[in-house]
Amino acid sequence: MEPLTLRYTVDGDSFTTAGEASTDMKRSLKRIGADADLIRRASICMYEGEINMVIHGGGGQASVTFDGQKMEIVLTDRGKGIPDIEAAMREGFSTATQEVRDLGFGAGMGLPNMKRYADEMVVESKVGAGTTVRMVLYDDPQRNA
Amino acid sequence: MMTHSVTLDNAKCTGCTACIKRCPTEAIRVRNGKAVILSEACVDCGECVRACPYHAKKVVCDAWERLAEFDYTIALPEPSLYGQFRNLDDAGAVLQGLLNLGFDEVYEVARAAEVLSDHARREIQLRAETPEGRAESLPVISSSCPACVRLILQRFPKLIGHIDTHLAPAELAAIRARADAVRKTGLSPDRIGVFFLTPCPAKATAAHHPVGLAGPVIDGALSMTEAYLRLLPAMKRADTLPSVTAGLMGIGWAVSGGEGKALLGERYISVDGIPNVISVLEDIEDGKLENIEFVEVGACTQGCLGGCLAVENPFVSKARIRALQKYMPVSQNRYEPRPGEIIRYAQPLEPMPGWQLNTDMAAAMAMHRQIGELAARLPGLDCSSCGAPRCRTLAEDVIRGEASERDCIFRLHQLRGEDGDSLPPPLRKAK
Repeated sequence: MEPLTLRYTVDGDSFTTAGEASTDMKRSLKRIGADADLIRRASICMYEGEINMVIHGGGGQASVTFDGQKMEIVLTDRGKGIPDIEAAMREGFSTATQEVRDLGFGAGMGLPNMKRYADEMVVESKVGAGTTVRMVLYDDPQRNA
Repeated sequence: MMTHSVTLDNAKCTGCTACIKRCPTEAIRVRNGKAVILSEACVDCGECVRACPYHAKKVVCDAWERLAEFDYTIALPEPSLYGQFRNLDDAGAVLQGLLNLGFDEVYEVARAAEVLSDHARREIQLRAETPEGRAESLPVISSSCPACVRLILQRFPKLIGHIDTHLAPAELAAIRARADAVRKTGLSPDRIGVFFLTPCPAKATAAHHPVGLAGPVIDGALSMTEAYLRLLPAMKRADTLPSVTAGLMGIGWAVSGGEGKALLGERYISVDGIPNVISVLEDIEDGKLENIEFVEVGACTQGCLGGCLAVENPFVSKARIRALQKYMPVSQNRYEPRPGEIIRYAQPLEPMPGWQLNTDMAAAMAMHRQIGELAARLPGLDCSSCGAPRCRTLAEDVIRGEASERDCIFRLHQLRGEDGDSLPPPLRKAK
């Protein structure tokens, strides 16, 4: 089966448009008949990733490939990068500005949520150069979300 | 086979594309110069009826002559009907008008609505107190708008567990009205004709083909527009008026927000208009609606007052409903289970597939890719000249084998140029 590939550009300027990639991805996955729970987990991962890219990355690229069993989501930005990835993975750890927090974002749950809902996750980052998050999700009916 | 209550007057349709652009579920195409409804995508909302400048779209309702088929007839007026009349200070005038028109009895849908509000309050509490499956059943999604229920069955099968499994107010009203009349007249139930005055095609369809029930409980759906025209002269002859049997809560169901307000809590939202409903359903799917226990959804702007068979614009009728509610008791009907009475769906709701590109995932993925490739070749103007609402929908139709790439006038031009024909191509129908 030739995999399905979806590509998105995430606009770094606006919170109001963040979530568009996740909405479109969800629609595409529903229309090909992907498992409902897989779609839910993937949407959360993508949504959190989009928000992160707006807060920290100045926007970026998102891609999704799905072969019917395995889904890979790759989020790439050219933002300021993460100095301490281990800290960034802790629930509640956040470097978001007060402005962002006032909008209800930046609670330090983005990366932890992505890790929770993805089956595999790797974060690569270089300060000043940008961040790449790779997530793999499997269509597994046994998994309890 | 799905049934619908919207039909096309072929002679009046000019193939102008007004309806295809306004259809919120992209369920209409212009093919061979006429608007064609795609049955599996249509939710019977009636937006096309409003959109058509030539009045070629019609709502199919039952004929009033059908009243003669029965020995005893009952009218079921919705509260939205009360908002249609100017200078109405007592909804009893509408009830009397219906009796003057020859109905033997009138049973207000608002009565049943108040009973259902009472049930819904218990339902929400029950679901909230059951930790198991809580996420799959809360927020409760209203089932009173059949267009929205159909939308969920088609596009949001994952949310079926959220749907309130109680019957719609008109259905409960029909069941109770018939049972009361059987007791009163001694007639057999099938000699009693129960007619609902519908504000929209979705409810007309639901009257004949209800979801969650083995068969119809309403004998016919009469057009609210026609009811209005017949009532105007009939109401003038009214002198003493029957009492209204519902309170401001039941009457409030006519307006978007009324069903939610009747729950007497704060944790609800009321959403009207299909595009808004779709976006909120997406949010529920994503678990983004926090602290909301009930979601009222209605296909029409302002709720049932905005139905395409309503006569008055919904903003005016909303003000009239508000005026009628003044000095009314809060509610006159409450939860009192009647033994053996059906008040919930008798059978589980089944998803309606059709939105999925193909039941075979590999085939669906291949189609998805081909659609994307073709869409990239189309101009992206969404001009609808091809008969599809957007370039993307044309691409889908082509890949499904229901249209041709040359239906796009721009592509036709290019493809003919590529074929070595430098003359501007004649305007003609593809295929």
